[in-house]
Amino acid sequence: MSTAEPDARTQPVASKLRPWGLAHHFESLSQQQDASYFGMWIFLVQEIMFFGGLFTAYIVYRTANPTAFALGSDSLDLTLGAVNTAVLIGSSLTMALAVWAAQTGRRRTIVVFIILTILLGGVFLGIKTVEYGHKWHEHHVPGPSFHWDGPEARGVQMFFNLYFAMTGLHALHMVVGMAILAAVAVWAWRGAFTPGNHNLVEGLGLYWHFVDIVWIFLFPLLYLLGRHAG
Amino acid sequence: MSSNETAPTNYLNADYGVRSWLFTVDHKRIAILYLIAVTFFFALGGLMAVLIRLELATPAGDLVQADVYNRLFTMHGVLMIFFFLIPAIPGVLGNFLIPIMIGAKDMAFPKVNLASWYVYMAGGLFAAWSMLHGGVDTGWTFYTPFSTAFSNTYVISTAIGGFLAGFSSILTGLNFIVTVHRMRAPGLTWFRLPLFVWSLYATAIVQILATPVLAITLVLLIAERAFRIGIFDPALGGDPVLFQHLFWFYSHPAVYIMILPAFGVISELVSAFARKRIFGYRVVAAASVSIAVLGFLVWGHHMFVSSQSPYAGVIFSLLSMLVAVPSAVKVFNWTATLYEGSVSWETPMLYALGFIGLFTIGGLTGVMLATMGIDIHVHDTYFVVAHFHYVMVGAVLMAYLGGLHFWWPKITGRMYPIFWSKISALLVFVGFNLTFFPQFLLGYLGMPRRYHAYPDEFQVLNVLSSAGATVLGVGYLIPLVYFFWSMRYGKRAGDNPWDAFGLEWETTSPPPTFNFPATPKVTLEAYDYTGRAEARLARTQPVRSSP
Repeated sequence: MSTAEPDARTQPVASKLRPWGLAHHFESLSQQQDASYFGMWIFLVQEIMFFGGLFTAYIVYRTANPTAFALGSDSLDLTLGAVNTAVLIGSSLTMALAVWAAQTGRRRTIVVFIILTILLGGVFLGIKTVEYGHKWHEHHVPGPSFHWDGPEARGVQMFFNLYFAMTGLHALHMVVGMAILAAVAVWAWRGAFTPGNHNLVEGLGLYWHFVDIVWIFLFPLLYLLGRHAG
Repeated sequence: MSSNETAPTNYLNADYGVRSWLFTVDHKRIAILYLIAVTFFFALGGLMAVLIRLELATPAGDLVQADVYNRLFTMHGVLMIFFFLIPAIPGVLGNFLIPIMIGAKDMAFPKVNLASWYVYMAGGLFAAWSMLHGGVDTGWTFYTPFSTAFSNTYVISTAIGGFLAGFSSILTGLNFIVTVHRMRAPGLTWFRLPLFVWSLYATAIVQILATPVLAITLVLLIAERAFRIGIFDPALGGDPVLFQHLFWFYSHPAVYIMILPAFGVISELVSAFARKRIFGYRVVAAASVSIAVLGFLVWGHHMFVSSQSPYAGVIFSLLSMLVAVPSAVKVFNWTATLYEGSVSWETPMLYALGFIGLFTIGGLTGVMLATMGIDIHVHDTYFVVAHFHYVMVGAVLMAYLGGLHFWWPKITGRMYPIFWSKISALLVFVGFNLTFFPQFLLGYLGMPRRYHAYPDEFQVLNVLSSAGATVLGVGYLIPLVYFFWSMRYGKRAGDNPWDAFGLEWETTSPPPTFNFPATPKVTLEAYDYTGRAEARLARTQPVRSSP
């Protein structure tokens, strides 16, 4: 008998009755679930501060260059941006439905909705790639080849610095999220989640909604900035 | 007792082999991994300090050239801050003790805990790679535009190293917060938590809220240097002062990531060796949290001469002085705990008393520096260097060593040689003061920091400082030797060698893999030495007491 497994020694009955999927260091599934969700919320707080640095830079430079930021904003494709907003909100819906399917123990439905979420994420990134392509051809990508015909070229370049940094970081978060979603889809197909134990789906759902909300802030800050003027 | 006596199964002998360590999820083994890593980086950073002090023994720049000297102090700062001070107490003592102190089997996320060590080591590899290729010369602060446009050294790889070390710190903090919230044993209410847990909880808040800002700042720095995406470079339309704001928004709270865990250690030591409940337990706990909160509002005191508005300067100055209030509360409460306590002069207590003295000097000179008039006079001089070394080395390192000496018998099950440990504690205290007190005088006389040569009239004080550094170095080497020695030859310590209070002393030394045979039930307040004595009495004499 080994003291390395004190549970087996002191609580032989309880250890045999441990629910499936309960990690060794938790007392109950609900404790494990609480810890899991709480951990994800703390992680998202960290993410807010991570994006917060960029938003601070945005506020500082927009205050310093209001006209240039409006000009840069006008050069973005509003239609593509709006379509992307709708696509991303749609993916949040399918993600929420995947979580619902996990809560109610519908194995196939989880997989279907996760795949739909990945597909919508793919559409978003595809449209984003098209937009980046346009900017590349127009020489609006910051760097030595940057070119701006109108006034305030330096301020406009700063707008595009922030545009690419913010949307790029957001896209990176989507790529990471989609990779994890793909893994979760496989596990879901193998039946890894039950109504009492689906922390990964639920936590990933929180993450996906967070990435969605970041875009809800980015869209008006980047695309709608100069529109009210005319 | 012979060292071949078979020990009961514990976390150290539960499994053998390199794999069982590198893939462990046991928080105690991860603490040992951190211990090895931070010791290595401390030695590396210490080596840089040795070269710096050797160069400064003479006024002329004779040992190293100016550019090598720039790299030396930069790498000294980067290694000591990102790879030693920030992970040391949370990574080693926090990882080892927090689950045991709250009666849990492990951290809430054991795999994340292991991942944080690997992320930290990856960051260390980047830093070490940069060093081997010639290092960085920007100062640990990476100020733009020098770091993005002018420096010809390995800024990007070092910044990646700092970024990774930061994320490791975030993951550690996340784990601590969830663990303390969700994993406490039955009966262990918030106000029964040991103050070490309180202070690491406060630290974790800072790690979660401040470190991501450094991360994004370093990402932008790398983007500017690598792709000319100008966020901070004035030539590209950016504002270098914004870099300073973002950098210090993290790097001032980072000071509290380093000092708050030290406060926690000292609370444990003072209480254990005064055999008394800490004076004003709730106030000390609240002081940790309020320092964590106030720490976010004072970053501007690093920027008094950076073109920041003088009105902002006044506000930052006042808020900075406010931090002195909870800090002083702690110092007064530790001192009050000693009053009418049964004080013993064990090695950890020597470190704790040294801490209180040195932290008081470091803290009071901090208030001086928060005063704008004085700060402008001594800005970028050795006065500032001396001030933050009193806090970072005099306080944090003393607490880390004190904590290591206190919990070493718990971690390894062995006792180190008492005589040598007291000698080395004394050497560290004397050596430290001899090294850094002259630097206050040098700074006040006007010697600027970060130069490899200086006018002749500063030599006497510089020689004193270099001599002190030698004593300090010996003081650090002795524990390194006897800690290794004690792992094999030290006397077996027993479960509670100090007769101290706390859940960690109720389990065996070293603890079993899951810390306790069964989840403990907590019935006493923290540090309730009186209650424990009564409970022991009731256990041992129940029959005789009834007529």
